[in-house]
Amino acid sequence: MATERIVIVGAGQAGGRAAEALRREGYKGELLLFGDEPHEPYERPALSKGVLVGQAAAKSTLIHPREWYAAQSIELRTGLRIEAIAPQSRNLITADGRAVEYSKLLLCTGSRVRPLTIAPDGMRGVYYLRTIPESETLRRALADCRSLVVIGGGFIGLEVASSAAQLGIAVTVVERQPALLDRALPAGIASQVERLHRSRGVAIELSSRATSIAGGDTVKAVVLEDGRELPADVVVIGIGVIPNTELAEAAGARSSDGVVVDEYCRTSLPELYAAGDVTSHYNPILGRHIRLESWQNAQNQAIAAARNLLGAEKPYAEVPWFWSDQYDCNIQLAGVVEPGLEIVWRGERQGAKCMAFGVLAGKVRLAVAFNAGGELRFARRLVEFGAQVPSASLANPAVKLKELVPEAAPRSLAA
Amino acid sequence: MTWHPVAGAENVGDEEAIALEIAGKPVALCRSGGRLYAVHNICTHQFALLSEGYVEDGCIECPLHQGRFNLETGAAQGAPVTDPIPVYEVRVEDGKTYVRIPD
Repeated sequence: MATERIVIVGAGQAGGRAAEALRREGYKGELLLFGDEPHEPYERPALSKGVLVGQAAAKSTLIHPREWYAAQSIELRTGLRIEAIAPQSRNLITADGRAVEYSKLLLCTGSRVRPLTIAPDGMRGVYYLRTIPESETLRRALADCRSLVVIGGGFIGLEVASSAAQLGIAVTVVERQPALLDRALPAGIASQVERLHRSRGVAIELSSRATSIAGGDTVKAVVLEDGRELPADVVVIGIGVIPNTELAEAAGARSSDGVVVDEYCRTSLPELYAAGDVTSHYNPILGRHIRLESWQNAQNQAIAAARNLLGAEKPYAEVPWFWSDQYDCNIQLAGVVEPGLEIVWRGERQGAKCMAFGVLAGKVRLAVAFNAGGELRFARRLVEFGAQVPSASLANPAVKLKELVPEAAPRSLAA
Repeated sequence: MTWHPVAGAENVGDEEAIALEIAGKPVALCRSGGRLYAVHNICTHQFALLSEGYVEDGCIECPLHQGRFNLETGAAQGAPVTDPIPVYEVRVEDGKTYVRIPD
């Protein structure tokens, strides 16, 4: 094609940040951003917290107002699905049947909520939470709710539980695994979060499976495997997400629990890149592919993709980092959970602040900060550098983490 | 603009920050590269005290979502922060520290 045209499919946080980065890095060609949601790109974290309890407006989650995109010569088309990619001719087919040619294509198609098979279709009072409209609908539902059952003890479920408990609602969290946050934290650290919720009056049902949701038009209760019925005015299902890989797969891109990309955000097809939730990406620090569902990854992998689209050849290599706000507790994680981690606590577990480390063969692989976000910066470096640190030093709050960070260049954990 | 004497500057180590309230304003008093800076202590992204965060290379980083601000100019250094924080002049005289706050 005569003029250069980069097209981004998916106008969530990743798509929005990629578009922003392309312009910031000096890209002057045409730039199109397609999203199937009606909104401009927005950040989702507040939807289960500030927006849900009415403390923040949904609009405050927008990355930029709509006029910003026009001012940046970014053609933003929302509420429009892309049906197909024709990689040979470098065309997209939109839901309204038009072909759009591209010189380079970035997929930021994100993920969608995993449906709970036992949930009856269309029963009032049963909700998922991912989008702005879903957050606003749930906020209205919580206004008249006395008993909430949350199915799924992951971050989204626990943030909803925290928000609802603070609104004075009786909350029960049902989790199939024997510990909360099973995919994110070792059980020995997750117990800290369990204690936090129990201290706020939230009931936690571990190793417990919901077998049906009872009610007619409107939900009445969640029935557990052991036969107990948990009365509920509102049920929120938060059992994970599924990456939206279909568009890439249909085009022939390699996919395995996410669209497979390398550290430069390149898929297996020419001129086709991907970033954000949808990717299973090679992380050079971990030495393997990983799929992440995080704010950090949505933003920073998208920025890395934008730079690589423009030929930077700079790898995306960050220690996975995640945060959650529950009650008055800011929880931050750096690194990933893996089997066999030895847990080292730093600071009083009952106190306002503390940290926990997951150590493997003397190296810090995971750090968790409870109201200690400032410390996490150094903990991230410990993970990044694969630092050998004596557990006694980690456990001693008098030893500054900063002083444990080696001066040497970071090296791969895989090395 | 009024110069306000502040106590505690001697407790701010290099690449560290403390929280102060000066003339009713939340202020982070920071030291970076040996130099003292005073900036508004609340992140422009979401509510968080910047003094709980991290100081390095003339910038302060929010502990919640790691937005960074330049300590000299207050400028936001990139996503997720876009709006700057107010910065205040600092003066050290006869071992005493003063911060200038708009009235």
